Amino acid sequence: MENVGALALLLAFCISLYSIVASIVGRLKRKPFLTLSGERAVLAVWFLVSVASGILIYSLITGDYRMAYVASHTNRDMPVFYKFAAWWGGQEGSLLFWSWLLSTYGAVVVFTTRKGHRNLLPWVIGILSTVQLFFLTLNAFVVSPFQVLAVDKVVTSVADGMGLNPLLQYWAMVIHPPFLYLGYVGFAVPFAFAMASLIERAPGDSWIHTTRRWTLVTWLFQSTGVALGSAWAYHVLGWGGYWMWDPVENASILPWLAGTAFLHSVMMQEKKGMMKVWNMVLIATTFFLCIFGTFLTRSGIVSSVHAFAESPIGKYFVSFLALGIAATIWLILDRLQYLKSESELESVVSRESSFLFNNLILLASCFAVLWGTLFPVITEKLSNEKISLDAIWFNRLMVPIGLGLLFLTGVGPLFAWRRTSIDSLRRNFQLPGIGTLLVAAALFIGGMRYPYSIISLSLCFFVAATIIMEFFRGSRAISEKMHIGFIPSVIELTHRNTRRYGGYLVHMGIVLMFIGYSGHPFNQTAVGEVDKGDVMKVGAYTLRVMDLTEGDTPNYQWETAILDVSKNGNHIGTLEPTRRFYKAAQQATAIIALRTRLNEDLYINYAAHTGNKATLQAYVFPLVDWIWIGVLVLIGGTLVALVPSKVARSYARTEVVGVAAQKSIPVPEADRVTE
Amino acid sequence: MRKYGKFAVLMAIIVGSLLWLATASVSSSKTYYVTIQELHKLGNNASTRRVRVGGDVQKDSIVRGSGTVRFNLVQEALILPVVYEGRDPLPDTFKDGAQALAGGRLDSAGVFHAQEVQAKCASKYAPKPGVAPDGLQKKMLPTDSKSSYRSAL
Repeated sequence: MENVGALALLLAFCISLYSIVASIVGRLKRKPFLTLSGERAVLAVWFLVSVASGILIYSLITGDYRMAYVASHTNRDMPVFYKFAAWWGGQEGSLLFWSWLLSTYGAVVVFTTRKGHRNLLPWVIGILSTVQLFFLTLNAFVVSPFQVLAVDKVVTSVADGMGLNPLLQYWAMVIHPPFLYLGYVGFAVPFAFAMASLIERAPGDSWIHTTRRWTLVTWLFQSTGVALGSAWAYHVLGWGGYWMWDPVENASILPWLAGTAFLHSVMMQEKKGMMKVWNMVLIATTFFLCIFGTFLTRSGIVSSVHAFAESPIGKYFVSFLALGIAATIWLILDRLQYLKSESELESVVSRESSFLFNNLILLASCFAVLWGTLFPVITEKLSNEKISLDAIWFNRLMVPIGLGLLFLTGVGPLFAWRRTSIDSLRRNFQLPGIGTLLVAAALFIGGMRYPYSIISLSLCFFVAATIIMEFFRGSRAISEKMHIGFIPSVIELTHRNTRRYGGYLVHMGIVLMFIGYSGHPFNQTAVGEVDKGDVMKVGAYTLRVMDLTEGDTPNYQWETAILDVSKNGNHIGTLEPTRRFYKAAQQATAIIALRTRLNEDLYINYAAHTGNKATLQAYVFPLVDWIWIGVLVLIGGTLVALVPSKVARSYARTEVVGVAAQKSIPVPEADRVTE
Repeated sequence: MRKYGKFAVLMAIIVGSLLWLATASVSSSKTYYVTIQELHKLGNNASTRRVRVGGDVQKDSIVRGSGTVRFNLVQEALILPVVYEGRDPLPDTFKDGAQALAGGRLDSAGVFHAQEVQAKCASKYAPKPGVAPDGLQKKMLPTDSKSSYRSAL
């Protein structure tokens, strides 16, 4: 069985190699049958990697404990769901999962572009297959998932496996890696199209149009993946943190930052023909950061709470990254004359400029996170001392950056292209601006003394106000013209330009997330040992330990503290934080109890139990739920942006037709008259 | 030229203030990663610097007192006595034989006062490549399927 799997991977490796050669030679020698066979080879690779994955999953679920991977990542009494999830629970399996996703994407690309892009496709396939070849090299030769246990070359099995890490036995953790990987792997496709159009010297933005949905879907997966990781940390780790700038978290946010910058700056190219070189650089940066992220999590180069051990794959990743980056730089420099900008920047107060600064800040934050993550590695190389920067450093830097971005989120979309008139500034910003100052003053008078929270909340108000004004103005115009109610006209407005109004919804999601972050300085904590019958206080809450119970299941033993909770003297219910001791892994983990409300969460971790005493950690986290609500709005907004607009919109470049003419021409993409 | 000047000034202000923030925050946030051997070599510096020292938790060395937990970290033949004085309960992964990372300062008596302890369960998070996890029999090593294929023939 495992031999068939290993053989499938070996064959997939050979066919990937063939696919590269056939596609490139076929394109260069203009031999359509060769390029076609290159396309078919991609489908064959998908089939073979699927077979290998299927065999691994089958072994995991049926519990074939002769196999090293199965023995170290599952045990008999684990639910089938988690046995399946063990596919990506360890290094070997997760690299196979990467390969499988990439081959699936490759097959989808072949299928969706079978009609158009005859010139680009061979190069796209060549590039995707090269990436695939790299991962198959790891799968087939370096860290094979199909190793079997043996004593003196005689295959042996063990009675039961080690089990999946208990911390990972949680629903969000089960679906977090697939989402993150769908995001990581997905950026390979726009990258391949970008490089293919460079190689072909294909002028124009067709690679951007073709891959816009890819990029957006990929970005959506990645955002969801990052958010799930954050939610997992909050709900499972037992101290209520949702982000601690751990290297592995940073690995997931790095490509997200670069990808977000890319999503914004492609608009500059589509509408103004600017920033062409920059977009190439950005998509390449995003892609290589995805590879780098995989490398960071898989190689253990920076010690982290959840990185895998140091392993032999590090040098493979470094070589692949070095070669890939060098090739990309050479390609961009060589084809620079095809990437000339078609217009110039005119004013600091313009849409172009807001995109520019958005990109600058996103990239600066990306670089800062990268620098902070690699600081131990850098200092070790330079001075032989391994120095790490902790969360304080990241927060000092990233909080102002985040607030700057939030500000741009508010002003950017309302600046006109080219330059913005004083009149327009007043019309768009007078009311929200005054409101913002009032909110800040009210918060200060209300007793809030954390500058960042005040700034953040008042900026949230500002951005939300500008977004709501945009929806309101557009809908009112439509409702007057078409004589329909306000709600239908909001839907009509959004449907007419899903990209624009979906984007606003995404911005709204970000605003809600910032509301959640603003609550952080007001967290309250209490830790203590409490006897049965005694009480503990945190914030306005009183917790009385009513009982300590325990029990047993095949997979784990558990003990639960039954707490009677009251707030300001009023009884509000019972909470039951639990500890589980997983037998196979011989490890304990906490199942926290949570009382979720929009204004604050009450969060209780049953940390330890000695005799009749329970050690409890209790926290009050104000506003934290708005982060998760914001994520949902962001997902919804991205989905709206993916719906095709009702009116087929031509993204005509705004030609320079003189200031007087501009005054009377409705700007098509804005759905409103710009002065 | 004037408008590009404005862009340049704005960018310089943004990048400059970020660089300033980044460098100014390093000193208050940096932590030295050391081995037990390096910690002893640091001598007087060790008591002023914030360090994180790694090692394995010595078997049966964990003594839980009121508010503090004492244990020993071992690395090769060196043993470092640690007193954990942090407020939070120790993580679930902290137990005999676990790999632990203690953050804090060394006192003049050679006892390490830790404010935070991270632990990873040696057998779970980090099976050493090519070596069977602890729970599996010592003699059993995973071999790749190719050699097992040969033996099956």
